[in-house]
Amino acid sequence: MSAAIIKLEPASGSVQPHSTENPSSSAGAKPMIQIDATPARVDQVSRKPATELASAWARSVLRAALPPIMGLALFIGLWALGTMGSQRIPSPAVVWQAASVIFADPFYYNGPNDQGIGWNVLSSLRRVGIGFGIAAAIGIPLGFLLGRFAVMNSMMSPVISLLRPVSPLAWLPIGLLVFKAADPAATWTIFICSVWPMIINTAVGVQRVPQDYLNVARVLNLSEWKIATKILFPAVLPYMLTGVRLSVSTAWLVIVAAEMLTGGVGIGFWVWDEWNNLKVEHIIIAIFVIGTVGLLLEQALLWIARRFQYGNT
Amino acid sequence: MGKILQIENVGMRFATRKGPFVALRNIDLSIEEGEFVSLIGHSGCGKSTLLNLIAGLLLPTEGIMLCAGREVAGPGPERAVVFQNHSLLPWLTCFENVYLAVERVFGRKEGKEKLKNRARAALDMVQLSHAEAKYPHEISGGMKQRVGIARALAMEPRILLLDEPFGALDALTRAYLQDELLKIVARTRSTVVMVTHDVDEAVLLSDRIAMMTNGPSAMIGEILAVDLARPRNRVELAEDKRYLHYRKEVIDFLYTRHGFVDKAA
Ligand SMILES: Nc1ncnc2c1ncn2[C@@H]1O[C@H](COP(=O)(O)OP(=O)(O)OP(=O)(O)O)[C@@H](O)[C@H]1O
Ligand SMILES: [Mg+2]
Repeated sequence: MSAAIIKLEPASGSVQPHSTENPSSSAGAKPMIQIDATPARVDQVSRKPATELASAWARSVLRAALPPIMGLALFIGLWALGTMGSQRIPSPAVVWQAASVIFADPFYYNGPNDQGIGWNVLSSLRRVGIGFGIAAAIGIPLGFLLGRFAVMNSMMSPVISLLRPVSPLAWLPIGLLVFKAADPAATWTIFICSVWPMIINTAVGVQRVPQDYLNVARVLNLSEWKIATKILFPAVLPYMLTGVRLSVSTAWLVIVAAEMLTGGVGIGFWVWDEWNNLKVEHIIIAIFVIGTVGLLLEQALLWIARRFQYGNT
Repeated sequence: MGKILQIENVGMRFATRKGPFVALRNIDLSIEEGEFVSLIGHSGCGKSTLLNLIAGLLLPTEGIMLCAGREVAGPGPERAVVFQNHSLLPWLTCFENVYLAVERVFGRKEGKEKLKNRARAALDMVQLSHAEAKYPHEISGGMKQRVGIARALAMEPRILLLDEPFGALDALTRAYLQDELLKIVARTRSTVVMVTHDVDEAVLLSDRIAMMTNGPSAMIGEILAVDLARPRNRVELAEDKRYLHYRKEVIDFLYTRHGFVDKAA
């Protein structure tokens, strides 16, 4: 995709002024910073524009980063204020201290029930990945069928409408019953909560493929395979990616609750375990970790979705 | 020269929520091979409907529609369509858009290199070789329309169907593309059916102009034969008496005898 190549240029351009602060690399960066434009002072020619550009860059970064930083600071300030006399809720300082201990060794392993937070997060992510992967493998083709064939749609839609609003945790006992183990049962709930957005968004995407494109297919008399690969799939891809994003976000919400119920290794179980140990500062750390991972997942998927946006035509 | 298209007593009725809606009735039109026929009429009279019937995208509810002696039962690549809004696939480059059509029509008989040459030749014909690697959103509206024409031409159709191909363009681009179309049609000797609402466009390009009455249940009110020598030159024709006469005929039909009726009123 040509868009990706174009995008690289401004990105590397904005890095340039930054790297000129490092004298060893400033020589390589010189051509980028238009020496000819400011030939007034020969001795400072290479330094001055570099620092100027660097400071302009720093200013724009500051302008973008300042409000969020202020927001976070306000939040932590209020938190500190609120927990000043409290015994039960730990203050930011206490949490910070606990966090620096935890993150000093996030991947320790003392047997199956005592592992570092890194392992817990990874095993939650693994469950989400597997559950979501199976949901995509089943949901996307099913969505295509529902979107393409009206009979299938009217056949399935009462079932989907009925099951979709049910909390995926309600399915956990069924999972335990069928799989007779906690781990696949947690994955099963992820599957359940991921599969609906995948089916529905894909089906809607297929139904919204502009009639014009389908007319093109009819005039060209394209085979059903060509229609699927050259027209339906690319047209539906943005909808599908929305489905993926919704699925993964809900899956990350659900996995915490599911693991609290099933136990084992995982960030949800970790929260529950720390509650039993009455280590409230660890629970707060877990909240931050869950939030950060969720945010990163969301941003990564948004980034992917942007790459597959076709220009307006 | 034989008749390539015969439309006999065709009618089109749509089933709508408010009951059946008769868009077209008693349409009779036959088109010779190599002829350029325009369909002109007020907005909503059923021009696109008639073109879609010829394309096979719609099937008539009454009458018979024959293409090269065979009943039209659906769309096919021998009747290429240039759609009102170009309808290029945004995820394919200009070249790939044309290639998709070429591959479908000639893919069984010819090798890859030959197919690619066909696609390139078609883009060259509309003078867009330089844009073949671009995506539709990277080129102008006129260029998109030209790619749409190239896609249709590349299929070497027996009939070229154009639905207001230049409707969305500015006057200068439109004039330029009309001239291009004239040249291409002269070279390929294609049969063309073109929908338009532009009187000058119809007179300049057509051998015959089918003027449609207002809907609902529109018909072809009159068919005007435009007997002007080809190649036609828009600058010379602008003062040509016969050109002005044909122009007046169409305007008379459209505005004096079948003025636009606002259905909402
Ligand atoms: N699928 C359909 N169902 C019901 N009515 C339709 C359908 N398609 C077209 N019509 C009706 O048929 C009539 C003719 O429509 P058509 O699109 O052919 O007009 P047109 O002459 O191409 O107009 P324009 O110049 O604005 O493009 C209109 O009244 C329209 O509402
Ligand atoms: Mg129309």
